[in-house]
Amino acid sequence: MKQRTLTIGLVILFVALAVSAQFGLVDRYIQSVIMLMGVNIILSASLNIINGYMGEFSCGHAAFMCVGAYVSSILSVLLFADNPFLGAPLLPAYLSVVLFPVVALIGGGVAAVSGLLVAIPSFKTRGDYLAIITIAANYIVISAVENLEVIGGPRGFMGMKQVVRAMDSVAKLPWMVIWVALGAWFSVFLIRRFVSSTYGKGAVAINQDEVAAEIMSINTNKIKVAAFMLSSGLAGVAGALFAHQYGYVNAQSFNILKSTECMVMVYLGGMGSLSGSVLSAVLFTLLLEVLRPLQIIKWVIVPLILILLMQFRPEGIMGNRELPDFFPWMRKFYRFK
Amino acid sequence: MDALIQNIINALQWGSFYALIALGYTLVYGVLLLINFAHGDIFMVGAYIAYFAAVFLLGGHGEGLGLPPLLVFGLTVPISMILTAGVGVTLERIAYRPLRRKGAHRLYVVITALMCGLVLENGNLALFGASRKKFPELVDKAVYTFGNVSVTNLKIMVIVAAVLVFLFLHFIVTRTRIGMAMRAISWDRLAIPLMGVPVDTVIVFTFVLGSGMAGLAGILFAMSYPILDPYMGAIIGWKAFIAAVVGGIGDIRGAFVGGFLLGFIEIGVVAFFPSTLRDLFAFTILLVILWIKPTGIFGVARTTKI
Repeated sequence: MKQRTLTIGLVILFVALAVSAQFGLVDRYIQSVIMLMGVNIILSASLNIINGYMGEFSCGHAAFMCVGAYVSSILSVLLFADNPFLGAPLLPAYLSVVLFPVVALIGGGVAAVSGLLVAIPSFKTRGDYLAIITIAANYIVISAVENLEVIGGPRGFMGMKQVVRAMDSVAKLPWMVIWVALGAWFSVFLIRRFVSSTYGKGAVAINQDEVAAEIMSINTNKIKVAAFMLSSGLAGVAGALFAHQYGYVNAQSFNILKSTECMVMVYLGGMGSLSGSVLSAVLFTLLLEVLRPLQIIKWVIVPLILILLMQFRPEGIMGNRELPDFFPWMRKFYRFK
Repeated sequence: MDALIQNIINALQWGSFYALIALGYTLVYGVLLLINFAHGDIFMVGAYIAYFAAVFLLGGHGEGLGLPPLLVFGLTVPISMILTAGVGVTLERIAYRPLRRKGAHRLYVVITALMCGLVLENGNLALFGASRKKFPELVDKAVYTFGNVSVTNLKIMVIVAAVLVFLFLHFIVTRTRIGMAMRAISWDRLAIPLMGVPVDTVIVFTFVLGSGMAGLAGILFAMSYPILDPYMGAIIGWKAFIAAVVGGIGDIRGAFVGGFLLGFIEIGVVAFFPSTLRDLFAFTILLVILWIKPTGIFGVARTTKI
């Protein structure tokens, strides 16, 4: 029973969230903040695989988010919405509820394949040279999307609100809140499984010493490909959820600043700490929302807070430990590794 | 043919800015192994300092000193270089050094640098507003035409400045005592302090050099493209960093060559294709270079020992 407590608690939390969104107990603004939190949790946890566990320095995470967002948006608009370029919906609206997760996962899959753009150079390249490759990949993806006139180019792509409306026509539920919550749960579950598997242990070994890891018969290339593809794939899922949540995507919203945000969340939470990156994603989103009334001053205060945090706690909130390491009573409910 | 020469001159000028900024990245990286992501914004601060200095010295509207433009130019260059160097050193003292003392992970210092850059950008935006500033004209524009090729005196100045700065830095790093100390620290960070080399002084000197060159790049950029906005440093900074890495980060020649390479690629793409394709082509070419030679053009692969 005790091992199931966390799962049951999460289910209750999600149901409570969905019910309160359904009956208007929380307004649209708070819903959107919660959804942003979910997307940020996926982003920071997935980047933590590479920057935390594997110890590489990827600063172009938003590129994969962009790929996932665009692929899934185009697919869902093609299937369920009216669009001047893509024509009338191909499938009846009631299928949208069933097929939306599939569409999001396809977006994630394509993003995972695009992650090879970074994964293959990482066989030979490490450290700051790999960092540059990720930055270049970010610029390349954004620039490519902006030059594709078919999908709106620099004007962005919209129509995903119609898809959400199609879901609403089946049953009047807060669909996006549900999908984002499920997506965040799925991602954290997957990442937890990954890092406690032999793959994850291999990634940690690569972090500590790549040559030694290779001598200990770890197939480093295989692990790198797996880690990069999982990370970028989940970023693609996050992008898909992000796009459908706002109903509009623009390549510039996935620029290097978004990547910086992802990195900040990882290092704020602590490298190689899954619960740390979930916590920091929640805190960071809240911080940004709380400081919203300050407008531009917000973007002075937030970096200052982070600089101060780095001075006084340079390993981030959690270091490379998990929550149960701090609060041993949690081990009864939740075991990591 | 004329178009080709014209484009080469444009590329030389455009590459000069990248080279000047990339030099700052590479100097700091060579000594500290730190990617100073705030460097692009230090360049932006340099341009703004130059703007305020120039406006104050030029006067007009009953304020300021009312000096003649050429004298103002002569004063603005050292003022902006010194003040920008001060900004760089301040960042080092306030943000990077305490972290270094604590022995924090290298990547946390990089994140701190990123955050410092954001503070500079948005602090500027909050202080001076979002309206773009028009840089006053300090040097009378002279256009020299050879056939169909036209060169302004500013272009020549920028290119000459970049080359001189490169020669100066190369001289300092390879021929002077402090340059020897810089190379020594990047060679072995553990043993060198034991030899009596004052590491902190050398690091501060490195920041003075790098940020001073960013300040010079700032004023030259402001004179060539006289519209200033707070985010101008970010994009150029990221690109210059990529240029430094492609050249082989930690090597002065690499930064110089990488900067000009990026300039040539960008101008070349714009000359033949729609200008929106510039980033796509430029970064793809750079990515291919790094695929083929992962350490950059001048970088040397070091063997890793267990």
